Amino acid sequence: MEIVHVYTKDREEFGRQCLLSDRPAELLLDVLPDQNLASNFIQRSHRDQAVQAGRQVSEHQVNTERFESDSCGINHVEGGWPKDINPLDMEQTIRFRKKAEKDESYLNSIPQLGSVAEHCGRQNNAVDIYQEPFDGWEEVEESPEPPSAKTINIFRDPNEVKRTVTGLSWHPDGGRKLAAAYSCLDFQKASRDMSLDSYIWDVENPNRPELTLKPASPLVCLDYNPKDPHTLVGGSYNGQIVYWDTRRGSQPVELSSVEHSHRDPVYKIIWLQSKTGTDAFSASTDGQVLWWDVRRLSEPTERLVLDPTREGNLDRALGAISLEFEATMPTKFMVGTEQGLVVSCNRKAKTPTEKIVCTYDGHHGPVYALQRNPFFPKNFLTVGDWTARIWSEDIKESSIMCTKYQMSYLTDACWSPVRPSVFFTLKMDGMLDVWDILFKQSDPTLSLKVCDRALYSLRVQDNGRLVACGSQQGETTLLEICSELSTLQKNEKSLLAAMFERETKREKILEARQREIRLKERSRSEQSREEEIGREDGEDDPDQLIARAERDFYNQVEAELKRREMREEEALRVSHSCSLISSHFHLRASLSGRCIHCGSPGQVHTKHAGLHLSPTHLSSSDQRMFSNIHQVSFHVL
Amino acid sequence: MAQVEETLKRIEASKGVIGTILVNAEGIPIRTTLDNSTTVQYAELLCQLSMLARTTVRDIDPQNDLTFLRIRSKKHEIMVALENNYLLIVIQNPCE
Repeated sequence: MEIVHVYTKDREEFGRQCLLSDRPAELLLDVLPDQNLASNFIQRSHRDQAVQAGRQVSEHQVNTERFESDSCGINHVEGGWPKDINPLDMEQTIRFRKKAEKDESYLNSIPQLGSVAEHCGRQNNAVDIYQEPFDGWEEVEESPEPPSAKTINIFRDPNEVKRTVTGLSWHPDGGRKLAAAYSCLDFQKASRDMSLDSYIWDVENPNRPELTLKPASPLVCLDYNPKDPHTLVGGSYNGQIVYWDTRRGSQPVELSSVEHSHRDPVYKIIWLQSKTGTDAFSASTDGQVLWWDVRRLSEPTERLVLDPTREGNLDRALGAISLEFEATMPTKFMVGTEQGLVVSCNRKAKTPTEKIVCTYDGHHGPVYALQRNPFFPKNFLTVGDWTARIWSEDIKESSIMCTKYQMSYLTDACWSPVRPSVFFTLKMDGMLDVWDILFKQSDPTLSLKVCDRALYSLRVQDNGRLVACGSQQGETTLLEICSELSTLQKNEKSLLAAMFERETKREKILEARQREIRLKERSRSEQSREEEIGREDGEDDPDQLIARAERDFYNQVEAELKRREMREEEALRVSHSCSLISSHFHLRASLSGRCIHCGSPGQVHTKHAGLHLSPTHLSSSDQRMFSNIHQVSFHVL
Repeated sequence: MAQVEETLKRIEASKGVIGTILVNAEGIPIRTTLDNSTTVQYAELLCQLSMLARTTVRDIDPQNDLTFLRIRSKKHEIMVALENNYLLIVIQNPCE
């Protein structure tokens, strides 16, 4: 196209003001479609295309920072006094007051104020105007809501390296504070930069512990003194007992001497009831139970070795892992051992042999928790391996009630202090189970997943509503249990007493029956023994047993080897006998119980022959045969 | 003057009354039957509260004004009567 529009302007007109005027439309150029050009272009097929004009948005998750709150009070100071009067000067203030009383408006206002106030005062005295109208009527039975529990607070270990919460203790006065002992119980897994501190937390403030306790070695357990809420005693990992007074700060007031303490970590320490309120006793896996007077921690006041043969032999002693002491029965106490036995002891026995009264054998593993029912002290709860068991003191053979085997190990348990039929258990998968044996005995009434890691320690506060559980990562979770599980129901005590009695009776009957059977057996075996005098049928001593076991083992091994040899021989024989395979491909042979399946011309599989042979390993004669069958892969597995 | 005295004495001697405080416009307790620190605390707090209550009432209706304020708590009842910027605070333990 050679259209060019020329625009000229005289030089003298440059810079002149533009004078614009209207002009009718003028056609400057009209380009008509040229059909010949259309052949240069291909029409594209129609296509549907979606177009969306949408705003770009992105999603972020934001977690607010934990907000730290601090509470403080305001002190009111006198103010409002005019500048010339010093509020501390009695004379001036009295004078001012007298002057104010003579004020005109004062004299006018007081009668009004007085009458109004008097009227209301008299009204209050006459009728309780804020009275609840339907108070005192029969309480409507609330529809039972499913039991629940709510997490109130989580107290996290402020250190970098997280330690397990191995011990918890509530403050005896109202439970505003919780003391937690942190240590690492895995053997030799404690890293060198692990902090040794344990903390006392205020329930309201999860941001910062209220007090840090600094022992010389990490604490495994601790206990508040129920008589004096300022003092605490703790057992540490190296076996020492440590005594704190919270008024005196974080450093321990006294430490027991290393020579006379336990030789293993102190797993449990409990205060005793005594006149001075300074006695405590501790237990550890070295097999000893030691009594201490906290005023003199250099040496224990008493010592008991948990030897079941009652000889005081430390080598044969059972390692103690939990202790139980009930203030209403101050002379008796119980010890749970690593071997699964619960030993009941009497403190006031004269000779050490009489100290151990009896043992209860029930668990396959260490008895991690042991507690008497606060309402029925004759019955106690033990937890170990995968079950929780309830025992009656009189029945020594077995527990009267037992939960079924749970999916994971139970680590701690305790009774509810307000409801006799409720107890709590902790498991290694992070679950807290609340059992109500009057309601359901086969399953927990409430099962909560508290955290992903294992839970190790549990304490219920005295009001029965708050439960603290400590986990492996150093988190202590505070839960509030719903009111149904923490208020005494009607008839609960009598129903539970009846249940315990029933179970105890059942066990007694079973025990009696067992005894009868045993007696019969014994009398029968004695009779038969008399007939067989002369036959040496005594017990093999250990060496003979070992020799016998060895012999059996070697026989087994030889038999297996022989079997393998036979199989290999068979396999070789098969490969040679393949030359006998004719061209029909449906072959089914069973080689001493093992089948060859021939599916398609290309596959012959044998199973279980023990050798891997590829066609290259076969002899040339076989290969000739194989040329008839193409694509045979002969895998002898 | 005597009437004032009589009125106040009558209130102070009423059944169930724990204490009485009379506060003037500047917030200074003129007359009180309680100890100094408690008086100061009550006077300051209730002054502020009644001012707030008063502004609330007047915000809703400017023609209106607060005459009486009653705070019932678990332990006792605090009654505040307002007149002419004076506050009469009576703390009563209602016996039912």
